[in-house]
Amino acid sequence: MPFGNTHNQLKLNYSSDQEFPDLSKHNNHMAKILTPEMYASLRDKETPSGFTVDDVIQTGVDNPGHPFIMTVGCVAGDEETYEVFKELLDPVIEDRHGGYKPSDKHKTDINPENLQGGDDLDPNYVLSSRVRTGRSVRGFCLPPHCSRGERRAIEDLSIQSLDSLDGDLKGTYYALKNMTDDEQQQLIDDHFLFDKPVSPLLLASGMARDWPDGRGIWHNDNKTFLVWVNEEDHLRVISMQKGGNMKEVFNRFCTGLTKIESLFKDRGHEFMWNEHLGYVLTCPSNLGTGLRAGVHVKIPNVSKHEQFGEVLKRLRLQKRGTGGVDTAAVGGVFDISNADRLGFSEVELVQMVVDGVRLLVDMEKRLEAGQAIDDLMPEQK
Amino acid sequence: MASFTRMIAGRNPAVLLASLGAGTVAAGFLLSDSSALSAEGKKSLYPPRYQQHHLLIIADFPDLRKHNNCMAAALTPAIYAKLRDRVTPQNWTLDQSIQTGVDNPGHPFIKTVGCVAGDEESYEVFAELFDPIIKDRHNGYDPRTMTHPTDLDASKITNGVFDEKYVLSSRVRTGRSIRGLSLPPACSRSERREVERVVVTALAGLKGELTGRYYSLGDMTEQEQQQLIDEHFLFDKPVSPLLTSAFMARDWPDARGIWHNNEKNFLIWVNEEDHTRVISMEKGGNMKRVFERFCSGLKQVEQLIHERGWEFMWNERLGYILTCPSNLGTGLRAGVHVRLPNLSKDTRFSKILDNLRLQKRGTGGVDTAATGDTFDISNNDRLGKSEVELVQMLVDGVNYLIDCEKRLEKGQDIKVPSPVAQFKK
Repeated sequence: MPFGNTHNQLKLNYSSDQEFPDLSKHNNHMAKILTPEMYASLRDKETPSGFTVDDVIQTGVDNPGHPFIMTVGCVAGDEETYEVFKELLDPVIEDRHGGYKPSDKHKTDINPENLQGGDDLDPNYVLSSRVRTGRSVRGFCLPPHCSRGERRAIEDLSIQSLDSLDGDLKGTYYALKNMTDDEQQQLIDDHFLFDKPVSPLLLASGMARDWPDGRGIWHNDNKTFLVWVNEEDHLRVISMQKGGNMKEVFNRFCTGLTKIESLFKDRGHEFMWNEHLGYVLTCPSNLGTGLRAGVHVKIPNVSKHEQFGEVLKRLRLQKRGTGGVDTAAVGGVFDISNADRLGFSEVELVQMVVDGVRLLVDMEKRLEAGQAIDDLMPEQK
Repeated sequence: MASFTRMIAGRNPAVLLASLGAGTVAAGFLLSDSSALSAEGKKSLYPPRYQQHHLLIIADFPDLRKHNNCMAAALTPAIYAKLRDRVTPQNWTLDQSIQTGVDNPGHPFIKTVGCVAGDEESYEVFAELFDPIIKDRHNGYDPRTMTHPTDLDASKITNGVFDEKYVLSSRVRTGRSIRGLSLPPACSRSERREVERVVVTALAGLKGELTGRYYSLGDMTEQEQQQLIDEHFLFDKPVSPLLTSAFMARDWPDARGIWHNNEKNFLIWVNEEDHTRVISMEKGGNMKRVFERFCSGLKQVEQLIHERGWEFMWNERLGYILTCPSNLGTGLRAGVHVRLPNLSKDTRFSKILDNLRLQKRGTGGVDTAATGDTFDISNNDRLGKSEVELVQMLVDGVNYLIDCEKRLEKGQDIKVPSPVAQFKK
């Protein structure tokens, strides 16, 4: 139960079998992994802030999933969730993140100097470039579980820190509940505005409580660096611009993140991070780097090639429509981004995108000229 | 202060306090609400720990400035401060009760209730909030001083058969909660399954014209589902944010189902918005018979659960206890689908309905528009009058509306009736 830990003691009066959810029609990571024995062992535990196993899995119980898409089906309510419920979450993480083991260590690298190239993607094909990640503020509960007071405190901290940014990063905060109609329209036109979640995956976890209290959007004057406050995570940080200069996008991303982190530290706060899970975020799918680096790229020929899926798989990339997750491609333009989040550093993931997209553009040019691409087929990364 | 300790564990009070800035809503309440602490003025009167506690509570007070619902009208920082750390015996809290009202600011013209009970005790433990809401919603009914009459003797109804030239169908519904089990916003899966077991076992004991069967939502076949849709019996997972924000749709469709008798005129919904919703309905205008079956069915179900040691939630202040405060008392909505082509175009129609204490809805139910000239007309009130009184008011009112319709058909004039009396104070 979001923010309340209602009932957990009372539930223990019933047997574990009586409480165990019916997962017979379910297809998500949680449902694959949770057994009655595991549930029995976890049901009397709670994190220091009172998050319980039923809180973790509620979204997965309420959303059986899709026959073709495997959703995660669980969320964290605070940093300790990943410890207290590791019996469930370690296998979920392993399943979701390509075999990542409980003993594995995650590498963090946000030094943009380590990226090779990336400033040379052909803008005739690569229409825009974008990198996003999330950050959680240590000591506070996460969006499924936080109180209004905590959410407002995160918003205040964010505003104070972001207001200190200068130069290319100087910008303004727009609180969702105070926005004028004009501001709102501008943010919609810029494709910056986020709305109250409608996805039942998010609603069932309690993330939309008290909307729009404590939520807002910050962006720099140049509209190339954007921070979402208290949407699906405490902070979502986005660097983006038109064209194919991913190096510049990643530079700004790393510079901005590093500055924000130090501004939070000045105020006595750090981000949730550890050497096993990297950056800790609400959804287990975003652990590690929480990073999705992607481009909108025009590849009408490559995308129709019978080997397209195989190419993406070997490059460790995924495709989406240009509306983002769960949308279709329009006019041969695809959103191509890294498939991984955990077990690779930020630099490694962006490198994969840069190298992979360069290859896709080369293939596109070959196919345009009526030539074959067999010799360009990559090895599995 | 054991609850204080429990509350601050893991919630970083120092961080919250340090970050309460001048621009926050919290500080706004601190400085402007005369009934709350004014930080500067009262700093010296309270020891630091108590002041810290109060500031924490204010940091959590919801922003209700854009809200128009009964909860937002009644909840003050002082009431919130008093009730926030209380829990019912099942650990249900104030924040959980009001979440739906915080998440759904309401409509400028429709005043929603904005809070729900998680269990029977909610109405007591959070009485400082629920009592004014009940007064607001139920025409001044005061649970501290008044008692609610229960009367399910259908034989008392007079003139309860309508002219079928006008009345197409008649229906009575209510809800019942099983004492000892938490309500839909709060219940665990076990409790919900227990409600289903208790109710379905009892219903299996019904005989005669009430013999029927249960269709579990999760187990029904495609054909059964289609049949129930065609009969307008099937209920679906709630999509209204008023309900989903109140945590009622968790674990759907586990332990939800529909029971109906073979005659298809007595129907029970299990674990939708309440533990049970009980519906008696038929085509045509025989409201008396619909109400007779309603009362007889309810009494039999109650008897069957008594035999197994269970009872319905009821007390003499609030009558039957249901999830939403708007359904306390009788929880009863008695209504008809009635054709009123002339009257509905008369400018006095709304006033007539008001004075008869009736409401109109479209034929799809609440929040739908009327199709053609057919309206769903039902009683406004739920608490403070008995079932018999409310059904008689509906009967008298509908007969009056039909009389108006007939007069207008003949070119005669109609009169707006005097307002029906409120309950005795």
